[in-house]
Amino acid sequence: MAKKNLADSLPAPKSRRMVELALTLIAVALCPASMWLIDSEAIAEGETTWLLATAVLGGGALLIHIVLHLRARYADPFILPCVVALNALGLAMIYRIDLTTSANAGASQIIWTGVAMVAAAAVIFFLKDHKVLRKITYISLAASLVLLLLPLLPFIGLELNGARIWISVAGRTFQPGEIAKITLAIFFAGYLSIHRDLIMLAGKKVGPVRLPRFKDLAPMFVAWLASIGVLVFQRDLGSAILFFGLFMAMLYLATESRTWVALGLIFVAAGGVLAYNFISHVNYRIYAWIHAFDPEIYNQAYGGSGQIIQGLFGLAAGGLFGKGWGNGRPDLVAFSNSDMIITALGEELGLVGLAAILMLFLLVITRGLRAALGTRDSFGKLLAGGLSAVMVLQLFVVIGGVTRLIPLTGLTTPFMSAGGSSLLANWVIVAILLAISHTARAPHVVEMYDDQQDSIDYSGSENDGATSVISRISSTSAGGENE
Amino acid sequence: MNKAIRNVWVVSACVFILLLGSLSYIQFFDAKSLSANAWNSRSMYESYGAQRGSIVVDGREIASSVPSDDGYDYQRIYSSPEAYANLTGYFSSIYGTTGLESAMNEELAGTSDRQFYDRLAQMFTGGSSQGATVELTIDSQLQELAYNLLAGHKGSIVALNPKTGEVLAMASTPSYDPNALASHNNESVLAQYQALTEDSDNPLYNRAIAGNTYSPGSTFKIIDAVAALESGKYNKDSVIDNPQEYRLPGTNTTLPNYVNGQCATRTEATIEWALAQSCNTPFAQIAMDIGEDKLTEVAQNFGYGDSSLSIPLAVSESVFPADMAESELAQAAIGQFDVRTTPLQVAMTSAAIANDGKQMKPNLIRSVKSHNLNSLYEFSSEELRQSTSKQVAQQVKDWMVNDVDNGIASGAAVGGVKVAGKTGTAELGTSGLNNAWFTGFAPADDPQIALAVVYEGVDTAEGAQLAAPAAQQIFEAVLNK
Repeated sequence: MAKKNLADSLPAPKSRRMVELALTLIAVALCPASMWLIDSEAIAEGETTWLLATAVLGGGALLIHIVLHLRARYADPFILPCVVALNALGLAMIYRIDLTTSANAGASQIIWTGVAMVAAAAVIFFLKDHKVLRKITYISLAASLVLLLLPLLPFIGLELNGARIWISVAGRTFQPGEIAKITLAIFFAGYLSIHRDLIMLAGKKVGPVRLPRFKDLAPMFVAWLASIGVLVFQRDLGSAILFFGLFMAMLYLATESRTWVALGLIFVAAGGVLAYNFISHVNYRIYAWIHAFDPEIYNQAYGGSGQIIQGLFGLAAGGLFGKGWGNGRPDLVAFSNSDMIITALGEELGLVGLAAILMLFLLVITRGLRAALGTRDSFGKLLAGGLSAVMVLQLFVVIGGVTRLIPLTGLTTPFMSAGGSSLLANWVIVAILLAISHTARAPHVVEMYDDQQDSIDYSGSENDGATSVISRISSTSAGGENE
Repeated sequence: MNKAIRNVWVVSACVFILLLGSLSYIQFFDAKSLSANAWNSRSMYESYGAQRGSIVVDGREIASSVPSDDGYDYQRIYSSPEAYANLTGYFSSIYGTTGLESAMNEELAGTSDRQFYDRLAQMFTGGSSQGATVELTIDSQLQELAYNLLAGHKGSIVALNPKTGEVLAMASTPSYDPNALASHNNESVLAQYQALTEDSDNPLYNRAIAGNTYSPGSTFKIIDAVAALESGKYNKDSVIDNPQEYRLPGTNTTLPNYVNGQCATRTEATIEWALAQSCNTPFAQIAMDIGEDKLTEVAQNFGYGDSSLSIPLAVSESVFPADMAESELAQAAIGQFDVRTTPLQVAMTSAAIANDGKQMKPNLIRSVKSHNLNSLYEFSSEELRQSTSKQVAQQVKDWMVNDVDNGIASGAAVGGVKVAGKTGTAELGTSGLNNAWFTGFAPADDPQIALAVVYEGVDTAEGAQLAAPAAQQIFEAVLNK
């Protein structure tokens, strides 16, 4: 009862949907504003791409806003505007690159933005309670495996630029691996929320370190093998880093154990050494990374460092404040509208612009982790935490790659790079985060706990009750200081 | 679990800080050097938007930009491309710039600091921006003659005005067509560039200043002669032993005299006679006598060891080795061993002798004018260093005149004019082939031109047919003007 009194004594949480609406409108406006800066002459002469892009982005944003209002009133109000802003900048840059290269990705990016936002709205609409996802834990595992294997199948599998991560259906290409990020996160969250106590508490204790049992180690080994598989068969270093990183992050979230992180890092190191020595394209990538400025490597037609160095030149040309929309030369960088879009943005918007973009991402991730903190069930915490972590990892691989912090691997920048699969997957991630953030901030969840709903959903873990009481108190008070 | 979530946030924030740091390094701290990278074609593309200035010789454009309708605003074209390729360099969308296209890039592109006000004015008047015109000191007649004289051989000719340092001709063969690299057809540029870089004759080298550098051979005896006089141990009447072989100290190897002159006819010689017949053994003895330090000092006074010379093309450093054994010093004295030089350095040596010991700074640029004819730069002669005293220079000049009048450099003689000269035959290993040199100046009493000629990889007889006669033709072309 004391808990109830505590909740009652706090001010009633506000939905903040109007804040979201206002910020989202500003974010949508970035799209026509940027496009006008890029090519005001063409727009004055009746070019209508900007209108279509703004209508789709604005319509989609409004749709999501309305669905949130109806079905998830207490969802985090800052996630949607940040993501819309990123999507708007991405659309503008892709439109801009279309103008000066033979690329023609603008129209399809607008369509995919619409599709992805409708999909996100649908996810929010039907996913009233994210805990239903827990019921598809093993279905998600199966789906992940299918998604990862699809590109390897004959006929529909497609190899582009040395990586076999695409499928081609009816002339359209798709990267199933992007969707696998989500299904894997659902599987890990479901699996770990059930087994975390065992993993945490079983095993011999040697000094301060609790050694895991071999049995509990198995899933990690499987995840590791799967990542190596991606590396060997799909030749995609970026995705391999992403999948294993996701697993590691979620394992840490579940166990809070540094031992597991240390073990994971040992696995990564072992995998790295193996890959470096036995997988030629990994060896290539790393060599080209270290010797990027070697003329031989630079001029190498395949697997050379020409792309990354041209990217660096683009970033350098941008400097602090950038050349301004439409004034740079992103056409000099290969894949400037997909894997290398950060360099195009850096060239035209400068360090200041990229810093702003990074801040938008950090806000989304912070709010995602905030949702993880606030939600009561361990499945929701793991899922929100994992999905936020995967975004951090992806940004690290992409931006670290183009700035030569780590070897360059082909990954998309969420919400910005040209590519339907990436947009769709990331918008669905946002939808799930929004749904979880709703349960985290909604005031009526207190009653749901009292209704003993837990005993149905939490059958797997006895001591979850205590954890959720603590997390509920912390989250209600945390929610309080925010309002 | 909440503690772990907070920790994940902290790690995420650290990752973002790391990424921001990395971006700051690339976009701010390292931006300047990345933008200056030769592979970075951005500045060059920027200049495609503006009309790049021309490079002009004797009022004729040897490199210019003309409007283009292939997606670029302008196309760079070179006229008489091969004769001037080593000077102009190329302006390629893939491979960046070389030669004067690179050295004078800011002026040609209109981005130099001195063109700031022009750019500002253009911003307000709305005119399209244009680069400056760079006029060279090159004499087109001499340049084309020099190139034609070298045609079919590997080699280089450099001609200077000894009194001012103006570069009158600077040819290097084999050459190439920079138009092929300035093309906007990337595939053909790639193929051309690959062919040029794979060519073992290295046509992209400007041998006059920056090839693999050469052994100066007997042309180095000019410096020996200066050193002998400066040491005070020798004068014009000194008589030196002239054995047909000189046993290198501390070895069983002998240094032979030059076989094609009259060295074998005398057992003793004055410096004048030894220089005229290019006898090796007297100079080896002089070097032993005056020592490495003195020889090094004189070599440096003539420009050896100077790595900072820019005309404004960067000039490779000529090297006189240090810490030599006596046997090595004896060989270095006749321009062998590890003595390395550029044809420009050899020409500058003659030029200093011609100009009473005063060495002028070589320079290719006559003027730089902005497109509205504001002068951004005007040539003025600049003294580089006093290489030796007027008296010593006068004595060596007389000896060099004697080389042409009575010695083995007679191939360079021009009727009615006193010509000073020195030949050289630098051996290339044991192949029997040599690099054939001639250096000198004319007229001796009022020098208008000092030059160096080198033909690579010819036998001794062919070298004698090529180097000195080539110099003669260039002298005649200058003196008959």
